[in-house]
Amino acid sequence: MTELTNILPSMATVLQVIMIAVKCVIIAGIVMNLPIILVWLERKVAGHIQQRPGPMRIGPHGLLQSVADGIKLIFKEDIIPSKADKIVFIIAPVIALIPAMTVFVTIPFGDSIMIPYINQEVTLYIADFNVAILFILAVGGISVYGFMLGGWASNSKYALLGSIRAAAQMISYEVAFSFAAIGVVMMTNSLSLVDIVHAQDGWFTNWNILYLPVGPVWFCIFFVAALAELNRIPFDMSEDEGSLAAGYQVEYSGMKFSLFALAEYSAMVSISVLCVIFFFGGWNAPIPGIPIVPPVLWLIGKTFVFIYFFMVIRFTLPRYRYDQLMTIGWKVLIPLSLVMILITGLMRILL
Amino acid sequence: MVPYFSILIMMGFVGILGTAALVMNKIMGPKNFYKDKLSPWECGMPPVGDADRGHFKVHYFLIAILFIVFDVETLFLFPWAVLLADKTISLFIFFEMIIFLVILAVGLAYAWKKGALDWV
Repeated sequence: MTELTNILPSMATVLQVIMIAVKCVIIAGIVMNLPIILVWLERKVAGHIQQRPGPMRIGPHGLLQSVADGIKLIFKEDIIPSKADKIVFIIAPVIALIPAMTVFVTIPFGDSIMIPYINQEVTLYIADFNVAILFILAVGGISVYGFMLGGWASNSKYALLGSIRAAAQMISYEVAFSFAAIGVVMMTNSLSLVDIVHAQDGWFTNWNILYLPVGPVWFCIFFVAALAELNRIPFDMSEDEGSLAAGYQVEYSGMKFSLFALAEYSAMVSISVLCVIFFFGGWNAPIPGIPIVPPVLWLIGKTFVFIYFFMVIRFTLPRYRYDQLMTIGWKVLIPLSLVMILITGLMRILL
Repeated sequence: MVPYFSILIMMGFVGILGTAALVMNKIMGPKNFYKDKLSPWECGMPPVGDADRGHFKVHYFLIAILFIVFDVETLFLFPWAVLLADKTISLFIFFEMIIFLVILAVGLAYAWKKGALDWV
């Protein structure tokens, strides 16, 4: 009997695993349904920027438009091109979706709250990894496989060009992205996202964006690299509709197509949350004396400001050429971040 | 150890959801296939040959090699950036890292001079 209790995990461990599973399901459920709102918001932003109302027919102000679109996509014909590599073609959207969602395991949405009635303290993050930034960079690197395999397996010329472009673009900007993350680690001296937020506690002057003079420059490097990692305008060469039709997803239809879109939107959400956590104080209020608004709402509000910003950029800026994209990545961002590492290091040593 | 299970749980859950969506689409969608519909899309023209998946511009390969060098560099920088707060060793490791960064900057300058970063 004693041997059996040694082998079996203890009750506390089982409870912990159940807690983690429940949190995973809740967060995945919320994030996978967010695109329903985000697609509607993006179309509304596009409409109002171009002086037209955007979707108006289904629901109040077209709010249920994306629900209707989602239902329609389920009932669409599931086409696999005759020359495609069938297995890779089918699993590529799932491969694109999994890393984009796995990033949310590390993201803290708040500190911890007491749940009434059961008197249990619950942390508002799934797990506090001490290597969270490295994990995010690694998983973000994996996410390029979904787009690359999807384009390659389609055996179509546009899809192939789009996937090669996506791969080269994402690995080029991965370097600048990691450098910006190193800048944040140098300012806060931790790889854990919870510790990074705690390093910015207090007034808004403690936020990394106001770590003068290097904070704003690191934020610009991070934001430009994030735009390129997300394949969004002005850096969306891989799905450039002017020259490549739709890039890597040109052969995809129905639910496979929408899984790619889901992966892109959840990546946009995670990058926006990371912007807030790295540079804008995470769940901290700008002035500590505002007790009415709970910290989670601060995080969500700041995140939506960034998501809105990404959408406005999409409909206001023109697209770069591919060689200009590579020039910005390798000849501007990387030398700039090398210099910034020296300046930040000097500041950390001398101050 | 337990927190790392969350990665597996998340990947499993999302994988199941994604696969379920694909299966649902497969069951519910119409199945009216014919030859023209299943051919690769090429602006309406009949496609000529396969996509040439074996060959691509050599610049993509150079970018991949440069990426490996610089990505490994960033990996070395992470533990260094965490330790930089420790005042007893910070001055020493800072100048050590300057030497490392200069070597890599010379590598970048060489690639720049050779034209590996010029696209056209």
